[in-house]
Amino acid sequence: MTAATAQKPLTGRIETQGGYVDLEAYEAAGGYAAARDAIGGMTPDAVRDLVKTANLRGRGGAGFPTGVKWGFVPPKDTGMKYLVCNADEMEPGTFKDRFLMENDPHLLVEGMILGAYAIGARTAFVFIRGEYAQAARALDSAIEAARARGYLGEGAFGGRFELDLSVHRSGGRYICGEETALLSALEGHRGQPRTKPPFPPASGAWGRPTIVNNVETLCNVPGIVRHGADWYQQLGRGEDAGTKLFGVSGRVRRPGLWELPMGTTIRELLEEHAGGMQEGYRFRGLLPGGASTDFLVEEHLDLPMEYGAIQAAGSRMGTGTMIIMDDRVCPVQMALNLQRFFARES
Amino acid sequence: MTGTDREALIGALSAEEIAAIEREAAHLPRADSAAIEALRIVQGARGWVSDESVRAIAELLGMSPAQVDSVATFYNLIFRRPVGRHVIMVCDSVSCFVMGCDRVRERLEDTLGIRPGETTEDGRFTLLPIVCLGACDRAPVMMVGETIEGPVDPEQLPALLERYP
Repeated sequence: MTAATAQKPLTGRIETQGGYVDLEAYEAAGGYAAARDAIGGMTPDAVRDLVKTANLRGRGGAGFPTGVKWGFVPPKDTGMKYLVCNADEMEPGTFKDRFLMENDPHLLVEGMILGAYAIGARTAFVFIRGEYAQAARALDSAIEAARARGYLGEGAFGGRFELDLSVHRSGGRYICGEETALLSALEGHRGQPRTKPPFPPASGAWGRPTIVNNVETLCNVPGIVRHGADWYQQLGRGEDAGTKLFGVSGRVRRPGLWELPMGTTIRELLEEHAGGMQEGYRFRGLLPGGASTDFLVEEHLDLPMEYGAIQAAGSRMGTGTMIIMDDRVCPVQMALNLQRFFARES
Repeated sequence: MTGTDREALIGALSAEEIAAIEREAAHLPRADSAAIEALRIVQGARGWVSDESVRAIAELLGMSPAQVDSVATFYNLIFRRPVGRHVIMVCDSVSCFVMGCDRVRERLEDTLGIRPGETTEDGRFTLLPIVCLGACDRAPVMMVGETIEGPVDPEQLPALLERYP
């Protein structure tokens, strides 16, 4: 484990490289070792149980335990199963998955190999929003390079696990980020949500068991498999495990994105990392993790960014990328902007 | 329908388009699942999707033209009308709203002399609204073709547009 990836398993390689991480750089930093070790020496159930023990929770907004979700795939079903990565990042204020895919696409490819192995899927898709052209190209070339190196496709891992992975570029619409609408779109139909149950792990894409995981969620899996559940839990500061890509946008000095321990406080994000408010603007409130999370105000600034703590305050951590409301923006107009968005996109 | 009719219909697509659609369909369990890919591929080559292209895609994938069109019209990134050489999509979601996207859109409308949904008379630009482009640290942002521009200074828009002849 290099020092960079020990503390920042999601972005450490990007920092070391100063940007895009190609296959050589990814492997030099220990990349694909987790996939080789898991496929060579672990059962699929052991991979799933490790992710469950690590307490990885979904980074797309809902925070559902990933290993538990994987466990919903019917164990005796030996037919087709699918793993789908939800890369339809469209929650307003969210710009984290784009960064991972554009800069370290092999991390997602390895996470998908491990996820597919754990659930017994031989076919996997990245469902990516159409506007993310650069990210889609980065993934396409990473998939090609991984196939040439024997990590994907026919003969991969000495024929022990041959995953077919491809990228589906979406035609647009926010609703396609909802997992059943996403599956309708993946099947080539209008992106309309379906009634649940049945839930996708029982009946998803083309009526087969399907797991849908967010980009950042899957990018956490290689580190967990390589370094273990204890290491992963110790990365978090409080009750949630691991690191998180947190972002801040709005009238702050340094809008941006940082990989930090789960449980980092809102104040630390706003004041230390984003540099505080711009000259002439005062803090008035924030949406902690995207347009669909409720407003928090001054009294909440010392809360840790954790699923439980933010929910107890009456909001949700969502995607962990916060939008700051300053004292010069009209709160009513801002609420109207949010309402119009949801009206238009539903 | 005779084989010749079918060939004539599909013949509205180029050999490259058909090969690209078939490559995508190879990953999918059913041919009609490639409808969105097919629409994107045709649009990538031609800029938009005509009625003739809809009929050709339908024939190629074993669907009715109405089915293909119902898919095409659901998705905002599939264009069923001709668009300009450069499609400008201006984000109007919450981060960009806080950072002043209304001024960006107003200035664009003034500079180009068109409203959202319209194309300039010289066929150079089409202006469209778009949901959050996922580049909120650079708000206010817009996308020109496949390029993200941001933060956009409304006063500098005429100079920015010069880069897209």
